[in-house]
Amino acid sequence: MGMTFAQKILAHKSGQDTVKVGQIVTIKPDYLLTHDNTAAIVGKIGDELDKYGVVRTDLNIIVLDHVIPAASEKNAAGHKKIRAFVKEHKIEHFFDIGEGICHQVVYEKGFARPGRIIVGSDSHTCSYGAVGTFSTGIDRTESAALILMGETWLKVPPTIKITLKGRLAKGVSAKDIILRIIGDISADGATYQAVEFHGDIHNLSMDDRFTIANMGIEMGAKIAVFPVDNTTKAFFDEYNIPFNADDVVWADADAEYIRELEYDLSTLEPVIAAPHTVDNVKPVNELEGIPLDQILLGTCTNGRLSDFEIAASIIKGKKIHPGTRMLILPASRHIMREAMKKGYIDALVEAGAVMLPPGCGPCLGAHQGAMAPGEKTLSTANRNFKGRMGCKDAETYLSSPATVAASALHGVITDPRKEII
Amino acid sequence: MKVFKYGDDINTDMLFPGKYTYTCSTAEEIKPHLLEDLDADFASAVQAGDIIFAGNNFGCGSSREQPALGLKAVGVKAIVAKGFSRIFYRASTNQGLMLIECAEAVDAYKEGASVELNTTAGTITVAGKSYNFPKLPDEMMAIMDAGGLLKYTKKKLEER
Ligand code: SF4
Repeated sequence: MGMTFAQKILAHKSGQDTVKVGQIVTIKPDYLLTHDNTAAIVGKIGDELDKYGVVRTDLNIIVLDHVIPAASEKNAAGHKKIRAFVKEHKIEHFFDIGEGICHQVVYEKGFARPGRIIVGSDSHTCSYGAVGTFSTGIDRTESAALILMGETWLKVPPTIKITLKGRLAKGVSAKDIILRIIGDISADGATYQAVEFHGDIHNLSMDDRFTIANMGIEMGAKIAVFPVDNTTKAFFDEYNIPFNADDVVWADADAEYIRELEYDLSTLEPVIAAPHTVDNVKPVNELEGIPLDQILLGTCTNGRLSDFEIAASIIKGKKIHPGTRMLILPASRHIMREAMKKGYIDALVEAGAVMLPPGCGPCLGAHQGAMAPGEKTLSTANRNFKGRMGCKDAETYLSSPATVAASALHGVITDPRKEII
Repeated sequence: MKVFKYGDDINTDMLFPGKYTYTCSTAEEIKPHLLEDLDADFASAVQAGDIIFAGNNFGCGSSREQPALGLKAVGVKAIVAKGFSRIFYRASTNQGLMLIECAEAVDAYKEGASVELNTTAGTITVAGKSYNFPKLPDEMMAIMDAGGLLKYTKKKLEER
């Protein structure tokens, strides 16, 4: 019997020929990602850091992105503490405010590569499955222990195989694929499990794959992973990231799955996750006409160049409806600059959008774009939980960038197919 | 001992709102905001030894550990649920907070029913009927026994 992606990589990284589902293995991850929460993490282990130091200066990737620029004295003190930790312990991979959202930075800077294991104290660390990395979220305490010890344990998960066939119709996006899947298998449908994507993956761009992998955690998955192909290689070339075919890990043809699902992409339609759970998925035309107070384009789910491209193509030359406000939030400095050069940002700002710095912004409700009680936001983010955007009496709807852009023009939820010719 | 009972898909934002994640990290800072958007009375009512019952997918969402850290700090003895999210499960073990997956016990609990927990025997008794729950794997048990991952790590570092 062959092995799944998760079995193969965990066997390899734990120095074994094979591993079984349910087995616990000890591994040394290639990287540990932390962000603004690094302050709290190192705060737990001050004495030990003084005594033992960090286990590896190249283990940590630290990106300041969650509350940037600092919104309060307390945030600023946290950032200051992180910069001091980086300096004192000679942390090699530090990215200060303005570089981008941690997941985009990890991906652009080439930390995420095939065959690597990355753990991070952020639930969307599962994003790097897009390039064949085994990556998953952990808590702050475990991150603290990793900084000192460099190793942890992982349980070999069973795997769900999802086969994507064919091509998406016009106006339907990768976001609609993953929302449809989450709606079908539910918010805990993949808990303790890995998800492998198979099928006509060549029809999906890297941006598409990143959006899909990013939301793996919204169905409870430990990892959500794609095979490495020519599109992946082209991405590595574009970003000058070394690529070694020998590092690539993929499931055996006779691997065993606990569940198999198949989607014909051509039959999918634009969907929305309605409040307050991500699996509350409905076709966009069922919700058309709901008035929106705020629109958000961006975050680690949909703040990439192709997301800005589609939004700009819909909005360019028109005006955002006066009854709503639109916030735009590129996922990184690199994307922001590219979107500027290509005129996407200009088109959106001219139409009335408000540009925020490349970071998490309103996504987690800690600062910027907070909502008032009773307000509704349509967002390209990955979570619509009650209170997520800072107010428990507000509502968040999730959709693709195309749906967000079409809705911005009308101030109400709008089917993007009406605006795409 | 009191029992608090909640439904399915209780996410981390309900357990501890995201807006506090970068300003509240210590147990003292976390305690007043525990379950704020789910049950506004919880933080003032909870006492050491209390138990939480819940449905499926408890703790889904963010990787934030404040709910686990806070619930351990206020002395919650265990959370009994039909299922837990993976990161929350790990985070709770790392805090030394006991999680019990036992759907039958959750279904059996009606308000006011007596509840008894025997962690050594691995049983929970609800309204006089006992249910078994599986033991943790050795790796996790070692962390729980040490009183959480930080204490466990410190011990390992000293032994090195
Ligand atoms: S953009 Fe949102 S989901 Fe992504 S890392 Fe930031 S807070 Fe988390």
